[in-house]
Amino acid sequence: MTTEFETHEHDVLIIGAGGAGLRAALAALAQGAKVGVVCKSLLGKAHTVMAEGGIAAAMANVDPADDWRTHFRDTMRGGKLLNNWRMAQIHAQEAPERVRELEQWGALFDRTKDGQILQRAFGGHTFRRLCHVGDRTGLEMIRTLQDRGVQLGIDVYMECTISRLLKDGDRVAGAFGYWREQGRFVVFRAKSIVMATGGIGKAWKITSNSWEYTGDGMALAYQAGAELMDMEFVQFHPTGMVWPPGVQGILVTEAVRGEGGVLRNQLGQRFMEKYDPKKMELSTRDVVARAIYTEVREGRGTEHGGAYLDISQQPADYVKKKLPSMYHQFKELADVDITKGPMEVGPTCHYMMGGIRVDAETAKSSVPGLFAAGEAAAGLHGANRLGGNSLSDLLVFGRRAGLAAAEQANQISTISTDPGQIEEAARQMLAPFERNDGESPYAIHRDLQETMQNLVGIFRNKEDLMRALEELEKLKERAGRVSVEGSRLFNPGWHLAQDLTAMLTVSEAVARSALAREESRGAHSRIDHPGLDATWGTKNNISIRQGSAMTLCQSAVPELPSDLKQLVADEK
Amino acid sequence: MAEAIFEVFRGDRQGGRPVTYRVPIAPGMVVLDALHHIQAHQAPDLAVRWNCKAGKCGSCSAEVNGRPRLTCKTRMDALPLDKPITVQPMKAFPVIKDLVTDVSWNYRVNKTIPPFEPRPGAEWKIYQVDVDRVQEFRKCIECFLCQNVCHVLREHEEMDHFGGPRFFVRVAGLEMHPCDSKSRTRMLKEDLGIGLCNITKCCTEVCPEEIHITDNAIIPLKERVVDEFYDPVLMLVRKIRGAK
Repeated sequence: MTTEFETHEHDVLIIGAGGAGLRAALAALAQGAKVGVVCKSLLGKAHTVMAEGGIAAAMANVDPADDWRTHFRDTMRGGKLLNNWRMAQIHAQEAPERVRELEQWGALFDRTKDGQILQRAFGGHTFRRLCHVGDRTGLEMIRTLQDRGVQLGIDVYMECTISRLLKDGDRVAGAFGYWREQGRFVVFRAKSIVMATGGIGKAWKITSNSWEYTGDGMALAYQAGAELMDMEFVQFHPTGMVWPPGVQGILVTEAVRGEGGVLRNQLGQRFMEKYDPKKMELSTRDVVARAIYTEVREGRGTEHGGAYLDISQQPADYVKKKLPSMYHQFKELADVDITKGPMEVGPTCHYMMGGIRVDAETAKSSVPGLFAAGEAAAGLHGANRLGGNSLSDLLVFGRRAGLAAAEQANQISTISTDPGQIEEAARQMLAPFERNDGESPYAIHRDLQETMQNLVGIFRNKEDLMRALEELEKLKERAGRVSVEGSRLFNPGWHLAQDLTAMLTVSEAVARSALAREESRGAHSRIDHPGLDATWGTKNNISIRQGSAMTLCQSAVPELPSDLKQLVADEK
Repeated sequence: MAEAIFEVFRGDRQGGRPVTYRVPIAPGMVVLDALHHIQAHQAPDLAVRWNCKAGKCGSCSAEVNGRPRLTCKTRMDALPLDKPITVQPMKAFPVIKDLVTDVSWNYRVNKTIPPFEPRPGAEWKIYQVDVDRVQEFRKCIECFLCQNVCHVLREHEEMDHFGGPRFFVRVAGLEMHPCDSKSRTRMLKEDLGIGLCNITKCCTEVCPEEIHITDNAIIPLKERVVDEFYDPVLMLVRKIRGAK
């Protein structure tokens, strides 16, 4: 078989066009690199567009006492000290400049009375810190980055999906993929690659994530030999919609609580008093999610199995101004007027703290030429991410990844792609068309979601996790026999067949890491091992490919320098 | 269980026809849920563009019973179920397959619009009262329903001479940005053809973000064009001074 494909050449290829990918593209472009951005959907539709609450940056516009040190401490404490401290430091130090930069590129944030960028309170943040635009901050961010990128001359490949990284010896040399529109194959040759593909929420049944979130970047990097880290730490956002069934999981922004929203159970009790009397509704997401889950499990849930979240004590005009999309979302999808009565909410799979292991300064992975930023990368958030720290993560480490990738590309004169790898990638892509009696990818996906939801959810135990691994093995076998109908022309079933491979790989890493970590820390809660374990507190789980098998090992969490250790320990 | 009957357009650039599917109805179900059900159980290759399923990304635009809608926000219980629900791709854009259209023209237009250019020495002290109206324009999720329904594009196919409501909203967001220094008035007149709009407000009616496209974006921009190019006093002044 000789595969037909078109070829594009770039110094830096960025896979993913959300906040991290676009910010990386702008940084690489500023270094003079020829930059290509591959995006799975249309430009501007990436998951960043759904980010609501804001960008965390210690600008001290509202609370003058805020500074990077406090932001750093909040991030480390929120992550239960499993974070890479250097990433947390860089992030806290650089976030304000990245926000100012966005403003200078045309973003329009909500303002303080004296004309500065307004900041709001959010869970786990000591001060009011989230720069925001109502509840559509992500949209503002992605439009600003996308318009600037397009004007400055990045090449964007829309509705194009990468199925494999190509290697030249040890290093990455490009990527193989296909155009969804026609189903034609495409090869990108690139001196360096930035993975900015986001997370893996679509492996769970109840999720706030869009169809794109199938762990592609993590799986591609893993297949190429990169290390995945902290994969047991999957964030369940405490507040997703629970009713009606079709909207289950859709995000209800934490800004509702930031703006004064109160959580109550069926009995009318403000139950956060029991779980975190100090921070109440603005406790960290892991704590609030477990609280709601526990209330429901113990029989104090609402009619549809959630908790009540009420913002109706605020003036109706204020709610509509600060939470416009929440107002419309509930009005149109659930027949609830949130200015008059409570919403019903429950936990929804939202964010992957783990991901590709990267160097703090440069975002480079363990595979030469391969970089990662944003949700696809691990380290900044440790065992639990604070709300608002994701958008700032995208900007800070997107930029650093782009810079380092451009610099790396500069040092490489030639790369070559291997025709054998391309042939193999094409064969893998086409295999589902050649089987007539295989299973539908939709059925396998449904079962994967059930497995992850029921066995690798908010509360875990050894028995469930062992069963999950057995189920995943069976699902992998079934996915190996998947068949698709129709032509190569814009075929979602075919696409899902590819996505399944990535989701199964990443799900296995999650289940293996969760089984290994015999403690409860941040977003990882083991019923059979409640409480923190000091030894596990010094270890990150690392998943790596050996042949076709996934192996797990532990690596020491980088130790904080003494001044920062003191800072984190200080009682404030 | 109650069922709905759908007639979904299946086809590609070569043509196509509506195909009938029966879908069980669940409480609160939206049309996109039904399309997903069809994909999962009856037609795995049914092409539908979607991302967030929460009304935030603007990907799932289509024409439901002839009305341009986001399918993720179109509740089944708001549609009459005694006759088939028709789902068609947006008419103004070429079909790629089934409900997916080629919207690349919009991205080409966007690229021609001069970007935000801050005034030299801008202090970035911006007051809420000055951004309120601009923030309205920036709510746009680029679903392109306004483009789809605009008769200049939909009936007259003036893609080469007309930018369409989406890009008037975008230009309004730039022109009214308190720190922007560029003028895009000549472009509005000559390249984006704002004069072709005869303010029928169809765009405003279909906007899922409820942006007052005609009143707040197009009319003020038309006024700017008039002020700059058609003001009789200014025309006279220019003539006397010999300026263009």
